Amino acid sequence: MNSIPIEHALLLSGILFMLGLIGVLIRRNIIFMLVSVEIMLNASGLAFIIAGSKWSQPDGQVMFIFILAMAAAEVSVGLALILQIYYQLKTLDSDAANKLNG
Amino acid sequence: MILLTFIIILMAGGLMAWIAERWVPSLSRWISLTAFVINLVMALWIWVQSNGLVHSESVWISKFSVAWIPSFGINFSLALDGLSLLLLVLTFFLGILSVAISWNEIQYRIGFFHFNILWVLAGITGVFLTTDLFLFYFFWEVMLVPMYFLIGIWGHENRRYAAYKFFIFTQASGLLMLLAIVGLYFIHGNQTGVYTFDYFQLLDTKMSPGVERWLMLGFFAAFIVKLPVVPFHSWLPDAHSQAPTAGSLILAGLLLKTGAYGLIRFVLPLFPVASAELAPWAMLLGVVGIIYGAFLAFSQTDLKRLVAYTSVSHMGFVILGVFAFNELAMQGVVMQMITHGISTGALFILAGSIYERIHTREITNMGGFWKQVPFMGTIALIFVLASLGLPGLGNFVAEFLTLIGTWQVNKVYTLVATLGIVAATAYSLRIMQKVFLGKEISHHAILDLSMREKFILVPLVVVIIGLGLFPQVVIDAAKRTFAPAAEVSYTKQVVNGNNVQTIKKGEHE
Amino acid sequence: MNLLWLIPTLPFLGAFILVLFGSRFSRLVNSFIGAGSVGLAALITLFVGFDFLSASINAYQYVAWQWLDVAGLSAAFAFHLDALSLVFIFVITFVGFLIHVYSIEFMKDDEGFARFFAYLNLFVCSMLILVLADNLVLMYLGWEGVGLCSYLLIGFWYSEEKNGYAARKAFIVTRVGDTALAIGLFMLFQAFNTLNIQDIATQAPQLWTVGTNPPLIIALLLLGGAVGKSAQLPLQTWLPDAMAGPSPVSALIHAATMVTAGVYLIARTHVIFELAPVALIVVGTIGATTLLLAGFAALTQYDLKRVLAYSTISQIGYMFLALGVGAWSAAIFHFMIHAFFKALLFLAAGAVIMALHHEHDMFKMGGLKSKLPVIYWTFLIGAASLAALPFITAGFYSKDQILWLAWAGENGNIWFFLAALLGAFITSVYTFRMLFIVFFGEEKTHVNHAPGKLISTPLIVLAVLSLVGGFVELPHTLGHFTLFSDLLNPVLPSVSLKQDVESLEWIMQAIAAVVALSGVYIAYVFYLKSPELSDKIKESGKTLHQFWFSGWGFDRLYDALFVRPFVFLANINKNDVVDKMYEGVVTMAIGFNRLFVFTQNGILRWYLMGIVIGGIVILTIGLIIS
Repeated sequence: MNSIPIEHALLLSGILFMLGLIGVLIRRNIIFMLVSVEIMLNASGLAFIIAGSKWSQPDGQVMFIFILAMAAAEVSVGLALILQIYYQLKTLDSDAANKLNG
Repeated sequence: MILLTFIIILMAGGLMAWIAERWVPSLSRWISLTAFVINLVMALWIWVQSNGLVHSESVWISKFSVAWIPSFGINFSLALDGLSLLLLVLTFFLGILSVAISWNEIQYRIGFFHFNILWVLAGITGVFLTTDLFLFYFFWEVMLVPMYFLIGIWGHENRRYAAYKFFIFTQASGLLMLLAIVGLYFIHGNQTGVYTFDYFQLLDTKMSPGVERWLMLGFFAAFIVKLPVVPFHSWLPDAHSQAPTAGSLILAGLLLKTGAYGLIRFVLPLFPVASAELAPWAMLLGVVGIIYGAFLAFSQTDLKRLVAYTSVSHMGFVILGVFAFNELAMQGVVMQMITHGISTGALFILAGSIYERIHTREITNMGGFWKQVPFMGTIALIFVLASLGLPGLGNFVAEFLTLIGTWQVNKVYTLVATLGIVAATAYSLRIMQKVFLGKEISHHAILDLSMREKFILVPLVVVIIGLGLFPQVVIDAAKRTFAPAAEVSYTKQVVNGNNVQTIKKGEHE
Repeated sequence: MNLLWLIPTLPFLGAFILVLFGSRFSRLVNSFIGAGSVGLAALITLFVGFDFLSASINAYQYVAWQWLDVAGLSAAFAFHLDALSLVFIFVITFVGFLIHVYSIEFMKDDEGFARFFAYLNLFVCSMLILVLADNLVLMYLGWEGVGLCSYLLIGFWYSEEKNGYAARKAFIVTRVGDTALAIGLFMLFQAFNTLNIQDIATQAPQLWTVGTNPPLIIALLLLGGAVGKSAQLPLQTWLPDAMAGPSPVSALIHAATMVTAGVYLIARTHVIFELAPVALIVVGTIGATTLLLAGFAALTQYDLKRVLAYSTISQIGYMFLALGVGAWSAAIFHFMIHAFFKALLFLAAGAVIMALHHEHDMFKMGGLKSKLPVIYWTFLIGAASLAALPFITAGFYSKDQILWLAWAGENGNIWFFLAALLGAFITSVYTFRMLFIVFFGEEKTHVNHAPGKLISTPLIVLAVLSLVGGFVELPHTLGHFTLFSDLLNPVLPSVSLKQDVESLEWIMQAIAAVVALSGVYIAYVFYLKSPELSDKIKESGKTLHQFWFSGWGFDRLYDALFVRPFVFLANINKNDVVDKMYEGVVTMAIGFNRLFVFTQNGILRWYLMGIVIGGIVILTIGLIIS
C-alpha cells in the first residue's frame, strides 16, 4: 500500500488549521466563529493521527478521541453561551459583546 | 511573663472595647483607659523595682521566650532593657492621653476606634520589646493597619488620600526590611546551620561588606521612612494633619520613635561596618532634614501641618545623633525621642483643641487668642519654647547632648544643625504670634481649656519641665543600653574592616 | 552664705505663683509677690555679700543637684559666688527691685499686671542663674532664659503686630549669637572634657600657649554669643526695636542687666581671651566701632527711648573696649555705674512718656522742667552721669578709667583712645540734646498725669547712686581709692600700664572733662540757644541724617540678605518640592494605566489576534534560539 507522504498530510492539517483560524479572526457571527474553532480542532486532531500512524503508536488516536470529547463539550457550552448572548444583546455579532472593555 | 502581659492586655482590651460598643458605647472608652493605666502602672513598677536602673548590672531587665513556629526558628521572644522601658512608659502615658483627648472628639464607631488605638499601641509595644526579627516584622505590620483605619475613618477632609499615602510609604519600605530580614536569616543559616530569627544569634552573623551593605539598606529604608528622614518625609505632613487628634498624637509621639528605635536596636548592632560606612551620609540626611523641615514649617499656614514639619526637623537630630556613634549623642537621641513625643504631642493636642473650638486649622484665621484663653496660651507657650529648644525644658537637653556628641565626629554638620535651632526659633515663635498674639480676631468667641483638657495638658507640662531639670533619670535608665553597644560595634569594627572609616569615639571615653 | 540658693529661687517662686494664681489675686497681692520676692532676694544678697566679704574667701560654691552626667559631661545645678558674680547679683537684685517698685505704679492700669510681674520675676531669676552658674551649661540656661523673658516682655503688649515683630527679632537675632556660643561650648568640652568654668580657667593656660589657634577660635565664638546678647556690631539691630516693650522692661533688661550679659561672659572667660590676643583686639575694635556707630545714630533719633537704646549700645561698646584692652575691672565698674544711670534714664523717660500719654516723640515734648521737677532733676543727674560730667558724677569715674586705659593700658593704643574720646563727645551732645528738647523750651503736650511716690522714689535712689556710685573707685590723680578693683582682683587680674605714662594721666582726664563739657555746650547752642542751626545742619546732610537715623542701614541690609530670601524661598516651597517627586510617581502610574486600558477593549477577535501574534512571536523566538 502506498502510504501518503507525511509532509502532504501535515500540510493538509496546517491548511485546515489556518482556514479555521482565519475564519475565527474575520467572521463576526459567533456561530461561524464556533464552526471555525471546530475546524481548527479537527485540524489538530488530524495532525495527531498522522503522527500516530507515522510512529505506529496508538497515542495519536487516543488524543483524537480526547479532542472529540472536548469538542462536544465545547460546542454544548458554547452554544448555550451563544443563546445567552443572543438573548441579552439580540445579535450574534461578537464585536457587540464588548462589555469587558477596560 | 510580664512583658507578654503588656501586649495581651492591650490586644484583649481592644477586642473587648470593640465588643462592648454593641451594648454601651461609652464603655469602650473606659476599657481602653483602664488597659493603658494598668500597663503604665506595671511599667513604672518595673522601673521603680529596678531602682531607676542606676546600678543595673546587665543590660536586660527581663526576658521572655516561647517557641512560636519552631520549624522556621521563629520564637515569640521579648526582652526589656532601659531603652525599651523608657519607650514603653512613654507609650502608655501617651496612650492614656490619646484616649482622654478623644473622649468627646470621637462619636462615630467608638468601639472600633478604641480597638484601633489599642492595637496600634500593642503593635508599638511589641516593636519596642521583641527580640525576634520575624516577630518584629509582625508587630511592625500590626501597628500599621489600625493606624490606616484611624486616619482613614476618623480623619479630616482629605483623610483617604493621607491614609493611602501613609500606608503605601510605610508598607513599601517595610517590605524592603522583610527582604533584608529573610536575607539575614538565610545567610546566618548557611553559615552556622542554625536557621533562626533570634536577634542575639543573628548579631554574630559574618557578612561580606557588599552583602552587609545591602541588608543594612533594607532595614535602613524601613526606619528612615518611618522616622521620617528627608526626602522620605512627605507622607508625614499629610498623615499628621489629616489624622484625628489622637492619631496625630500617636503618630508623632510614638510611631516615629519606632524608626529611631529600629536604627538603634537593629541597624547599628547588626551591621556595624556598613553603618559606619553609611554614617557620613546618614548624618548628612539628618542635617538636611533639620534645615529643610524647619524651612517648610516656617511657611505652613495649616497649624497641624506646621507642627508636622517641625517633627521632620526634630527627627533630623535623631538620625544625626544615632550615626555619631558616641554615648553623648545616643543619650541625646533617647532624650529627643521622649521629649519630642511629649512636646509635639502636646502641640497636636492644642491644635486639636483649637480645631474643636473654631473648626479650622488655618492660622491665618487665628490671632490674639491670648486674651480669651490665657491658660491655653501659657501652655502653648511652654511647648512652643520646648520645640525651639529652650534650656530648662527637656528638648534642650536632647538637642544639646546630640549636638555636643556630634561635634566630636563632624564639625560642619554640627554647625549647620546648630543653625537649625535658629530656624526652629523662627517657626516656633511664628506659631505663638499667629495664633495667640497679634490682633484679636473677634468673631470667634472661644472658651479656655476645659477641666478634661487641663488634666491632659498639665501632666505634659510637668513632664517636659521635669525632663528639662532632672534629665538624669532618663539618662540613667538608658545608660546600660549604650555603654556595651558602643563597645560591641567598636570591637566588631576593628575585627572586620580595615578599609573602613574608623568609628570616632569621643576623646573623653 | 548658705542662703545663696534663695537668691534666684525667690524670684522663681514669685514667677511661679504669679503664673498659677496671678489672675485670681488682687493687684496689691500681685505687686507684693512680684516686687517682694525680688526685694527679699536683694536683702539676702546684702547678707550674703557681707558674709562673703567678711569671710575673706575667693569663692563660695553651692550645689543644688546633679543636672546632667553623661559620658564625662557633668553639669550640676550649682552656683558659684565670687566677687564678679557678687557685683552682678548686687546690681540685678537692687536695680531689679527698684524697677519692680516703679512698675507697680507704671503698670497699674494694665490688664496684664500679673503676667508682667511673672515675666519680670522670671527674668530676674534667669539673670541670677546666668551670673551665678558654675558651669557653662547652666549659664547657657540662664542665657537663654533671659532671652526668652526679653522676648516675652518686648512683646508684652501683644495686640500690636509690630511689638510681636520686634520681640521675635530680638529673640532670633540673639539666637544667632547663641549658636556661636553653643559651638564654643562644644569646642571647650572637646578640649577640656568639662564645662565647669573654674576648671576650664585653671586648665586652659596649661593646655594652650598664648596666641595659638584653639583659644582664638573659641574666644571668637564666645564673642559671637556676647555681641548677640549685648547688641554689639554686627548683631546690634534688635535693641532699638526692643524699645517696643514697657519702659521698666527697657530699664531692667535692655539697659541695666541682660544686655551686659555679654560683658559678663567675656569677663568670666577672660582666661581664654588672654590666651588669644587677637580676639582681644577684635573685642576692642568691635567695642570702639559700636560705640561710635551707635553714638551717631543716637544723635538723629526722635523717639526718646530709641535715643536711650542707641546710647545703651554705645555704652556697652565702652565696656567691650575696656575688655578688649584687658581692663576687666574697668569694664565691670562701668557696667555697674551704667546700670544705675541708664536704668534711671529709662525709668525717667518712662515716667515722661506716661505723663504725656504715651508720647514717644521728643519733638512733641518740651518745657517739662517745671511741670515734672522730680523727673527733671533725676533725669538731669542721669544725663550728667551718662555724659560723664567731671568730678561729681559716677559716670565720669567709670568712663574716665576706660578712656585712660584704652590708651595707657598695656594693650591700649591711640586709636581706641581717640574713638573713645570722640564717643564721649557725641555722648554728651546727644544726651543733652535729649535733655534740652524734652525739658526746656515751650510746652507742646499737656501733662496729664504726675508720677506718684512709687515712681519717684526709685528715681531718687538711682539718682543718688548715679552720683555717689563712682566713689568706690577713684583714679590715681584724684584720691587713688581702689575699693572696687581690689574686690574684683581675685577674679579678674588688674591691668598693667605702659611704661612712663602714669604722669600723663591728669592730662588725659582734663581732655576728657573738656570734651564732655564742650559736648554739653554744643548741645546747648544747637538745641536751646538757636534751634534753627540744628535744622539747617539737618537739611544740608539729609542723606547722612537718614542713614544714621536708620542705624547705619543694618536693618535694610539684613532684611535684603537674610530675611527676604528666607521668606521668599520658604513661601515658594510651601507645598514641598520633594512631595512633587512622589506625585510624579503617582502621575506616571496613572499614565501607564491609561496606556494599557486602551488594549482592553472587550472585542473578542482583537484578543484572538493578540493570542495569534503572541504565539507567532514566541514560536519565532523559539526557532531562532534553537
